[in-house]
Amino acid sequence: MKAAVVVFPGSNCDRDLMVALELITGKAPIALWHDDNDLPEDIDVITLPGGFSHGDYLRSGAIAARAPIMREVVAAAGRGTPVLGICNGFQVLTEAGLLPGVLMRNAGLDFICRDVRLEVVNADTPFTQAYRPGEHVSLPVAHHDGNFQADTQTLDRLEQQGQVAFRYAEDVNGSARNIAGILNERRNVLGLMPHPERMVEPAHGGTDGRRMFESLLAILA
Amino acid sequence: MKARVTVSLKPGVLDPQGRAIHHALEGLGFAQVSDVRVGKLIELEVADGTTEAQVAEMARKLLANTVIENFRVDIG
Repeated sequence: MKAAVVVFPGSNCDRDLMVALELITGKAPIALWHDDNDLPEDIDVITLPGGFSHGDYLRSGAIAARAPIMREVVAAAGRGTPVLGICNGFQVLTEAGLLPGVLMRNAGLDFICRDVRLEVVNADTPFTQAYRPGEHVSLPVAHHDGNFQADTQTLDRLEQQGQVAFRYAEDVNGSARNIAGILNERRNVLGLMPHPERMVEPAHGGTDGRRMFESLLAILA
Repeated sequence: MKARVTVSLKPGVLDPQGRAIHHALEGLGFAQVSDVRVGKLIELEVADGTTEAQVAEMARKLLANTVIENFRVDIG
């Protein structure tokens, strides 16, 4: 499995993501720069890391979503390539129109940095098939703008079509229906606020994030 | 010439920043305030002849997220 990590000015979890991908897939991912115009043809999965791309100016993820490389990411997603956006990567995916809704300022206005309990809502996706449906896992969050909001029809549709991948087990940031991660209709694009790459070896305090990368590996290897 | 794009949250969208500011105003004794909404003013220096429609396109493509925000263009 060959993975790519898209690096924007201000990304700061790109290195963590590359280490986790190499640890679990056995193959070093390639880094793509936001200004690149080409995506190598043999890429099996594209990942967008956390951070503060472009300083969160205008809106979190707004400027990164219009970067040249994102045209290639949108095209690859349309071809069915799995695309995973974590934290700021999730914000970029909503701003790019690959996922519905928006991530607003946390309801309590605080930056939240701690481990949270999550329910795996849909375990029938390329990203989650190594989890059990309904299982509770623990992953860290570290965000200021993680408050997922969409209109009622969109939220109903996400739930009815199995596009909610993860839900917070308790209210964390004010997100509508406690949504922590969503999929596109085709289920090849996942955006989530928690950081699976920060829970992949026992020294991290847990390994619940591992199975996201193992899920991808099982499908793409 | 100048173009001004005013971006505001759509009615009904929760504005935690506005709420915090409202709370602080109350703390200063301004009891007459019943609601606060925070928006953005983006000033653009544009070429003469730029139309309102062109600036509106900039707003739709980048300056505003029309899922949650409205915008108004003032030109000239």
